Parts: sequence; structure tokens; C-alpha cells
Amino acid sequence: MDAVAEQKYDLGVVRWFTVMAAVYLLVGALVGVYIASELAWPVLNFDLPYITFGRLRPLHTNAVIFAFGGCILMATAFYSVQRTCGVRLWSNKLAWFTFIGWNLIIVAAVITLPLGITQSKEYAELEWPIDIAIAVVWLSYTINFIMTIANRKSSHIYVSNWFFLGMMVMITYLHVVNSLAIPVGMFKSYSIFSGVQDAMIQWWWGHNAVGFYLTAGFLGIMYYFIPKQAGRPIYSYRLSVIHFWALMFGYVWLGAHHLQYTALPDWTGSLGAAISLAMIIPSWGGAVNGMMTLSGAWDKLRTDYVLRFLIMSLAFYAMSTFEGPVMSIKTVNALSHYTDWTVGHVHSGALGWVAMIGIGAIYHLMTRVFHVEMWSTKLINAHFWTATIGTVIYIVAMWVSGIMQGLMWRAYDEYGTLAYTFAESVEAMHPYYAMRAIGGMVFLAGAALMVVNVIMTVLQSNAQGRVQQARTATASA
Amino acid sequence: MAMQEKMETNIWGLLIVLALVLSVGGLVEIVPLFYLKNTMEHNKHPEIIWQREAGKALADHQPGDGMRPYSALELAGRDVYLREGCYLCHSQMVRPFRDEKERYGHYSLASESIYDHPFQWGSKRTGPDVARLGGKYSDEWHRKHLRAPRSVVPESVMPNYPWLQHNELDGETIQANMRGLQTIGVPYSDADIEAAAGQVNGKSEEDAMVAYLQVLGTMVKLDESKVYRE
Repeated sequence: MDAVAEQKYDLGVVRWFTVMAAVYLLVGALVGVYIASELAWPVLNFDLPYITFGRLRPLHTNAVIFAFGGCILMATAFYSVQRTCGVRLWSNKLAWFTFIGWNLIIVAAVITLPLGITQSKEYAELEWPIDIAIAVVWLSYTINFIMTIANRKSSHIYVSNWFFLGMMVMITYLHVVNSLAIPVGMFKSYSIFSGVQDAMIQWWWGHNAVGFYLTAGFLGIMYYFIPKQAGRPIYSYRLSVIHFWALMFGYVWLGAHHLQYTALPDWTGSLGAAISLAMIIPSWGGAVNGMMTLSGAWDKLRTDYVLRFLIMSLAFYAMSTFEGPVMSIKTVNALSHYTDWTVGHVHSGALGWVAMIGIGAIYHLMTRVFHVEMWSTKLINAHFWTATIGTVIYIVAMWVSGIMQGLMWRAYDEYGTLAYTFAESVEAMHPYYAMRAIGGMVFLAGAALMVVNVIMTVLQSNAQGRVQQARTATASA
Repeated sequence: MAMQEKMETNIWGLLIVLALVLSVGGLVEIVPLFYLKNTMEHNKHPEIIWQREAGKALADHQPGDGMRPYSALELAGRDVYLREGCYLCHSQMVRPFRDEKERYGHYSLASESIYDHPFQWGSKRTGPDVARLGGKYSDEWHRKHLRAPRSVVPESVMPNYPWLQHNELDGETIQANMRGLQTIGVPYSDADIEAAAGQVNGKSEEDAMVAYLQVLGTMVKLDESKVYRE
């Protein structure tokens, strides 16, 4: 039991964020499996407006990105910034404001999205009053983080904090600019941008929600939790510096590759694609940096289930950051764009990288903030395999369906006319949509195991009064 | 590495440098799109945009006259399209490829979405592109298709939208929406907005959707012999 940490740091808010992250992963994955099933078996729409694919898909993306992703980012940032700076949070009260505010926003999303209240910009669907709330709560998180660093006892700012900080600044830019809209009612607004400019701003936001929220932020998690879990320092400091600045400067440019061959001027799309290719280098540098941290301690992977999640996530990170640049090459993009390949790519990042490293962090945090071992390591192991297998089934299904779609759309018969109608390509997708739904279900089952494990661990900690003991113990333990 | 050392020991320095580094990519890629003349094709081909003479109503526009703001009914349909998340499965952006030309028509121009707040280019084609859907099917087909897509396209995975025919439009809402769009630069005249309520009252959301889907891609007539882009 770590009585020192409990007395020295503010861990209460971390406990809540950690548990909620586990719960939201389950909820987000559940909605995901449901909408995946709707595409395979459209009867599941049940002619109810609130549960059609078009309304639930934003709920799925918001739940996994902002509810799960947000809670784990806030849990890990608030935890690691205290540990690496050797001080309490600048304001524990403000951290609680962040927790309550963020969760109220999630509740607002759960209510408004199924009602069809949306700005209809992907990953930025929430309407303007909620957008304002997001900005306020996000700044409360950012300011608390910055001020905690300003108060630090250590001389240097640790690398994980750079990544968190980069994410916080960039998301502030993105959210404010992309959400600029003219309200025409309490629940309706129109983007102040139109057409091509709106498209570029949307994908500047869209790709950087991935690049900063889901990559830079989660790299912050990587740089703190992998060395901690492995009990070894990060492999290369120099590589971290290069990884960091290359990512901060380069990622911002990538959004334009979502708009190749569209009415966006060619120069913008090509620029985006060129920098996308260059990004392979720092991304792989970062992945190598994380993995090589285990150098000399690879045997730990045999026994340490949490470390397995963290390292598997880096394998998926390396794969997705290779696949992404390949898909931004014009000739590949001509085939892959608008198809399920994109969806598969997103999920190899989202399930393989973001969720896996997030899950690893949840298991690591649980033991540190509840001062008790996980209720069941067998369940963690089962979760690891279900998460991995589910992800692989999902990605493979989308690779096949995506490439098949792309090829069917452009196929010609011997008379020089289009070989397939669009409807024929939809029909051909059915087995893969079913397979994708099954992959999602396997992943979902793992998330359910985690929630059970987390709840049982919390109950065990409570029953034994572990947090209370840590608070009152003389700080020698 | 001296610079790095400074930033690692000074949070404010790190914050400022980060704020600058992070702004570059966006500034370079986004800001010129508002200024460069060749971004919008109508700078070279003004006929793409409808030049409305004073006193003319939106209804005086004929298909092919050029881009105009959506009529009240079309806009109401577009609002339904946004609400139902249609853009998540249907793109409105034809790319300049042979197969897309044959399947959907002439490639899309930037000027064609000049009045689209927000843009509806989409990112995924679970269903086909709809940028040039207007006039391809009858109104009656669209109604059947909206209510029960599989009754006309057996392979479809689209949800049924039977509630659209029962939901009535509200004149005041559409006026408020048009006024908002007017504020941000869509050239609605005050007369357009005044007439709007009368044009939607008594109509259903399904009527509006059909009007919207039938106007897509029909406002401007593109000339195959002209090079609009590149």
C-alpha cells in the first residue's frame, strides 16, 4: 500500500476518472457493436428515429473518443503530472469541476445525439451550448495541468507532460475554430464556414482529433506508464525529443489528405499527403522508443498482463502509423477513400492503439489509486486475448470489404461499361459487415470483463478500507 | 539542445513555443483557401453562380442558371438530411475519375458547395454519392425509398424513415434558419425570408427531403468542353 502517494497527492479525482473510463469504453463499444449490426442487419433500426445508424454513429464516436478517451486522458494526466512534478494538483477543486463538467457533457451528448440535435460535422457533432461547455471544462483541465507543472519540485518537465500539454493547446485551437457557428435556436446552428473552407477546417480538426487527442495525449500515457510498468527508464531521451517536436509540427498538416481528389485545391491535398509520408519516421521512432524500453526485460511480457496491453498497443500504433501514410498516397487514396478501408484503419488505431494503451493504463492505475491488487489477473489475461482477437477480426473484415468495394466501383466489363451497380457492391459487403460485428462483440466482451474486474477491485478496496488506511497511515509505508 | 533544456525547465517558454509550432500547419493550409482566387472555380467561370437580378425571387431560378441559395423547402429538407446523419453514409463529392463520371456525373466543383454551411462532402460511401442525384429518380420513387428503401432497392442497408411523412414543417423555424444563414453571407433577400413560411407551412419533412434531393446537382449546368479545375 502506497500511503505516501495517497497523502502526498490528490488521487480522489483520478479514482473516479479511471472507473468512468472503464465504464465508457464498455458503453462506447456497445453502441459500436449495435450500429455495426445495423449495417449487417438493417432490421435492427426498428423504424425508430432515435436508434437509426445516422443518429447513433455520432453517439458511438463521441462515447469512445470523448467519454472513454477523455476520462482516461484526464485520469492519466492528473495522476502522472503529480507523480512527475512531485506536487499535488494546483487545485483539487478545479479538478473536480473538470470531472463533473466533463461527465455532464457526456450526459448531454447521450441525450441530444439520439434526438438528432447535431452540428453534423464529424467528431464535432455536439451543438453550440455544449460546445461552449466543452471549451470551459477543457480549459479548466488545461489550466490545472499547466499550473501544477509551474508548481513542480522537479527541475525538468518530464516528457509525458510535453505530450499532454501539446494535446491541450492544439485541441483548444481546433475546438474553438472548427466549432465557430451561428446559432439559430437553442439546439441548432450553422457552421460559419461553407464548402471548401469548411471541409478543410473540418478535416484539420478531424485528423488532429486523431493526431493530438488520440495520439499525442495517448503518447503522454505511453511515456509515463510503459517505463513505470516495466520498471525501467525510457529507452532514448533524444528519440523522445525528436518524436515530440516532429509530431507537434507535422501532425497538424495531415488533415488535407482526407480531401484528395475532391474540390479542395490540389496543392493542399498533396501537401497534406507529403507530410503524412514524412510522419512515418517520427511515429516509428516513438514506437521503437516505447518498445525498446523493455530491452533486457522482455521476459516480463510472459508474466505481466498489463505490460502486454501496453506493448501490443505500440505494435498497433506502428502498424496504423504506417498504414495511414500509405493510404494518403494519391493512387492508394483513389481506391481507399470512401470505403470501409478507412473505417478499418481508424479502428486499428482506435481499438489497437488507443483502447489497448488506455486499458493498460486503467489496470495500472487501479492498483495505484485503490491500493489493492486487481481482483482477478485471469480476467485481465482473458481481456487481453479478447481485445486482441476482436480487433484483428474487425480490421481484417474491413480490409477485405474496403478493397473489394474500391475495386468493384471502378471495375469495367469487356464492353467498357461499369461491371457492377452500386447496390451489388452493397450486397457484397454483407458477410464482412457481419464479421465486423462479430469482431466488435468479441472486443466488447473483453470490455465487459474489465468493468467486472474494476468494480470487484473497487469493492474489495472499499471492504478492506484501503484508501482510508492509506490516508491515515503514518507515512512510512 | 540548449533551447530544449530551456523549455524543459520553463513551462511558460514551452507553452509559447508549442503554441507557435502548433499553429503553422493550419495557417498555411487554411488561410490561403479564403484568398487564393483559383480555389473557387467561379472566379474564372462566373456563370457557375446565379446572378440574381433585383426583385427576382428564388423561384425565378431555372435549373442550370447557376448556384443559388436553397429555397425554404429545400433548406428544410437539408436540415432533415443533417439531423438524420445522412452524410455519414452518402458523400456529395464526385471525384474526377472515369468510373465516377459514369456512375454519378461531372466531377464536383468547390463553387458548387459555396452555400453549404456546413459542407456535405462526406467521408464514406456506405450508400452511393448523391451530389448529382437531382432528377435521376421520380418524386414518387424517393418517397417509397425514404419510407422503405428495400422496397425499391432490395440490397440496401439504409434505415426506413417512415416518420418523415408525418412530421410537419414549421414556418417560423425555417425563417430563423434562413436569417442565420443570411447573417453569415448566404444571399437570401428579406423577401425570400418573408415568403419562406408560406412555402413550407402544411408540408411534411418528407416533402422537404424530396425537394432537397431533387435539386442536388441541378442548379448549375457544367460544360464538358470546359476545364474547370487544374
